[in-house]
Amino acid sequence: MVEFTLPKNSRVTVGKTWPKPEGARNIRKIRIYRYDPDSGENPRVDTYFIDTDDCGPMVLDALLKIKNEIDPTLTFRRSCREGICGSCAMNIDGINTLACIYGMDEIKGDIKIYPLPHMPVVKDLVPDLTNFYAQHASIMPWLETKTARPEKEWRQSIEDRKKLDGLYECVMCASCSTSCPSYWWNSDRYLGPAALLHAYRWIIDSRDEATGERLDELEDPFKLYRCHTIMNCTRTCPKGLNPAKAIGEIKKMLVERQA
Amino acid sequence: MADSNSTNRPLSPHLQIYRPQMNSIMSILHRITGIGMGLTAILLVWWFIAAATSPAYFAFVDGLLTSWLGKLVLGVSLLAFWYHFFNGVRHLRWDSGHGFGITASRKSGIRALILAVVLTALTIYLTM
Repeated sequence: MVEFTLPKNSRVTVGKTWPKPEGARNIRKIRIYRYDPDSGENPRVDTYFIDTDDCGPMVLDALLKIKNEIDPTLTFRRSCREGICGSCAMNIDGINTLACIYGMDEIKGDIKIYPLPHMPVVKDLVPDLTNFYAQHASIMPWLETKTARPEKEWRQSIEDRKKLDGLYECVMCASCSTSCPSYWWNSDRYLGPAALLHAYRWIIDSRDEATGERLDELEDPFKLYRCHTIMNCTRTCPKGLNPAKAIGEIKKMLVERQA
Repeated sequence: MADSNSTNRPLSPHLQIYRPQMNSIMSILHRITGIGMGLTAILLVWWFIAAATSPAYFAFVDGLLTSWLGKLVLGVSLLAFWYHFFNGVRHLRWDSGHGFGITASRKSGIRALILAVVLTALTIYLTM
């Protein structure tokens, strides 16, 4: 459902402004979305100040510094700090990306941090990804085979393996899906760029023997065709992948198999 | 799909905070110009109906459509038409599997915008 405004319980209020660090010469203002499920209050935006001379260069470094030294209640997901786990995906400076590989120097002015857009918020910067993961599971993200299992491995030529480049690197951070207006309005029925990129990754895998079933499953006005090539997904992918192209390829395959 | 909002969790901000970008603005413009042209088509049908009704009624509707406001509406609709046309070509290319790169789509977007303005100017020049 298209709803341009936020529901009543989600409207963001002005939060607390935390004190500036003393004696700091290079101060950055960071505005962060906060939501405490136990308070019963609406989400708010708190303002923090950090001394960049005494902090790592990435947005995640700033978040950790705030959590360690200013406000231990600040809640966010993080793990690998090198862009491979996908945990710290959030909306930074208006686009979705990974906090650990996004440098503060890439942002002009105040650093604004929100959770991934149009998602149910568990706490602060932690969105509920249940639906997102369920959609990923629905595309059967594994190798489906019918022929007898070979004695050793399922073999693949170098050329066929190359077709998976630009697809297998996806870390399921949900940046793309939650950047997509179509996904915002129809996430209950549209699978979204991440799940569709994974679907394509298995569709073009030369070893997979369920290509037809996979395409049947996607031939649906909502699951696939809510993609209107807005391209926010490709623009925002922190791994530089191209979900829009993967979706375009699936659409093309559906047309071509009718010929 | 699992209902992930069963505990009355707030919805995170979306349109309110997402940075407008050329690709997303051009996408919503495609839809707006499509709807707008539908509305203009009604105006033009009205013009035809007026012509079939009576000379006096035609003079009235024609007067409205050729007034400065009418011309402005038709001029903007013309721009909408050419924009929708060239952006539509862009969509056809995407549907054939080409031009999905960030740079490529940016370039094709700029091209569509320039062509829309040029063709609008040319159409006005040739019809005035």
